[in-house]
Amino acid sequence: MRALTSRMSRNRAAEGKADPAPSRLKYRIQRWMLTPGIRTGLRVGLPLGVILIAAGSYLASEARRDHLVALYNEARASFETRPEFMVNVMAIDGAGESVATDIREVTSLDLPLSSFDLDLPAIRDLIVGLDPVKTAAVRIRPGGILQVDVVEREPAIVWRSRDGLALLDETGAFVAELGQRSLHPELPLIAGRGADKRAAEALRLFAAARPLGDRLRGIVRIGERRWDVVLDRGQRIQLPVERPVAALERVIAVSEVKDLLERDVAVVDLRLPARLTVRMNAPAVEDWWRIRQLNESSY
Amino acid sequence: MTDLYQSQRAMRQMRRQAMQRGVVAILDVGSSKISCLVLRFDGIGRLSEDNSIGSLAGQSGFRVIGAATTRSRGVQFGEISAMQETERAIRTAVQAAQKMAEVRVDHVIACFSGALPRSYGLDATVELEGQEVTENEIARVLAACEVPEYGAGREVLHAQPVNFALDNRSGLEDPRGQMGQALSVDMHMLTVEAAAIQNLVRCVQRCDLELAGIASSAYVSGISALVEDEQELGAACIDMGGGTTSVSIFMKKHMIYADAVRMGGDHITSDISMGLGVPTATAERIKTMSGGVHATGADDRDMIDIGGETGDWERDRRTVSRAELIGIMRPRVEEILEEVRVRLDAAGFDHLPSQQIVLTGGSSQILGLDGLASRILGQQVRLGRPMRVHGLPQAVTGPGFASAVGMCLFAAHPQDEWWDFDAPVDRMAGGSMRRVVRWFKDNW
Repeated sequence: MRALTSRMSRNRAAEGKADPAPSRLKYRIQRWMLTPGIRTGLRVGLPLGVILIAAGSYLASEARRDHLVALYNEARASFETRPEFMVNVMAIDGAGESVATDIREVTSLDLPLSSFDLDLPAIRDLIVGLDPVKTAAVRIRPGGILQVDVVEREPAIVWRSRDGLALLDETGAFVAELGQRSLHPELPLIAGRGADKRAAEALRLFAAARPLGDRLRGIVRIGERRWDVVLDRGQRIQLPVERPVAALERVIAVSEVKDLLERDVAVVDLRLPARLTVRMNAPAVEDWWRIRQLNESSY
Repeated sequence: MTDLYQSQRAMRQMRRQAMQRGVVAILDVGSSKISCLVLRFDGIGRLSEDNSIGSLAGQSGFRVIGAATTRSRGVQFGEISAMQETERAIRTAVQAAQKMAEVRVDHVIACFSGALPRSYGLDATVELEGQEVTENEIARVLAACEVPEYGAGREVLHAQPVNFALDNRSGLEDPRGQMGQALSVDMHMLTVEAAAIQNLVRCVQRCDLELAGIASSAYVSGISALVEDEQELGAACIDMGGGTTSVSIFMKKHMIYADAVRMGGDHITSDISMGLGVPTATAERIKTMSGGVHATGADDRDMIDIGGETGDWERDRRTVSRAELIGIMRPRVEEILEEVRVRLDAAGFDHLPSQQIVLTGGSSQILGLDGLASRILGQQVRLGRPMRVHGLPQAVTGPGFASAVGMCLFAAHPQDEWWDFDAPVDRMAGGSMRRVVRWFKDNW
């Protein structure tokens, strides 16, 4: 019988040909490499690990980290301060002289500035926060111009309150203080606490009261609830809480037919809209009584 | 008996695991070559919509994704004789197949042809407890089979119920749910040498693989080489391998007999080698290139160069006529076929209604074999090739791969074996808790 051991090596030497069978280690390694987990581990995990270790060891030193951060900041700054991104001028359209000054004051930008540093919504909010400004649009125009388009509030009403005279726009928003009434004689006058909140209704009342002409002095908010129309000679029309415009139109219609307001009447009371009540002045009442007595005695 | 149950069920479990993972390797350990196929399972083979058999006879549930063949080493007569060598050969085949499949395989279904297979016919009859045949009744009748003394060093490889009979109706494929009084079963049991199985198991384990099933190559080559009608009507499959020639007889789609002749193509080669005085490699070459079994007048003039190993090419050039070669091969082939005839006669093959004989295996490619075989074995002889399965490379479609391909089919659609049925309740050892559970399941 031939020797059992070392037959392989002798055969190999004799034939000069390698054994086609894989060694046990080779076989196992091939099986490992065919295992999905190990394959993905080698294909993804290993490069990832190498990169992570390299990055980690590089960043382990404080100086290198600082250097990297500095480099980043520098690059960012140099990019942001390129002339393409610089804002040099602020242009304000649609605002008067004083409002434009106010806008410049309130935004307080020291131009030139990089457009990355401008917070346009905040600037817009600041500008809209100004009293005389109704709306504002802020954008950066090519050429490094900060364009501010402003629509100012138009004063529509003068409001007399305990604090003095104020100009309001049609929504009742505050526009400006008013020194004296004669500066804006064409604007209607309202008074009373809470009148500014119902400015729109007040304007409708003024429109309805146009037939009264010069006699109208203004309207007064009573108890933050209803309106009084004040005419000259101290006459008042007390309007109801509900549908005051219709009530006023009714009074005016009656007045045109019966000359109600031309007579010596102190108050036309419409607070109960179904029942129109008229209060006469004292001399008128006395006259009326006298006339009645005369009439009675003559019979 | 419980031992067998345990080990075979463990293998079944492993096979189910492999199916779940979707990849299983097929290993055909032959005497002249070891081939490995890697199968990928895509799910259960679907039948077509009208419930007829779909494409590829319903075998489309799997696909061959890797195939490799290598020269066998350390295997004689289909049995492992030098384990290290065989292990190397298995490693070579598995590695190449894995490389082709690009997937790692952990489970292997193996087949081998040797180890003196012996067939036994078993039968049993039980009275049914109820009217209906239940799973438990089937287990009971299977357990009632009288197991013959098959010898100490032997192991059961297959134990398949091949026929059920209920009262006087026989030939039932699946008696479950049917009504009757007495259930009887015929079973075919195949035993082989235990040492051969143990060697194979050991060899596969040394390659870091798990064995998910063992089959006899006689059985699996019958599955792949016989067409469905032949399996149904009765046919014998003769797998002429390198070291052994295995014989299996099929009837009603079940194997009813298997045996092996311990002679094959390697013996023809060694006859040539001895008769002509040439090395085995040359003998093998001239056998495959110009071998045959029928000599004609032309063969006397057909000279084959058999060379000489002396190194003197000028003077030492031997030739032999093809008739001479045929004269060496034919007696051995005849001997093999005579031996097969004996086995078939012993099995009572001539009593079968159809006596189709299918020759397959590597040695069946000898020219003129079918003519010789029809003279010895009977008129109905044909050469069989394995069935086509998905993804099978062209190189492994030859008759030599009948058992490898058959094992693919076997892996996809295993035949019910004895151990696939639960052991009957009264035979269950120790599982009292399971018995309680079963009682609840049966009664509620």
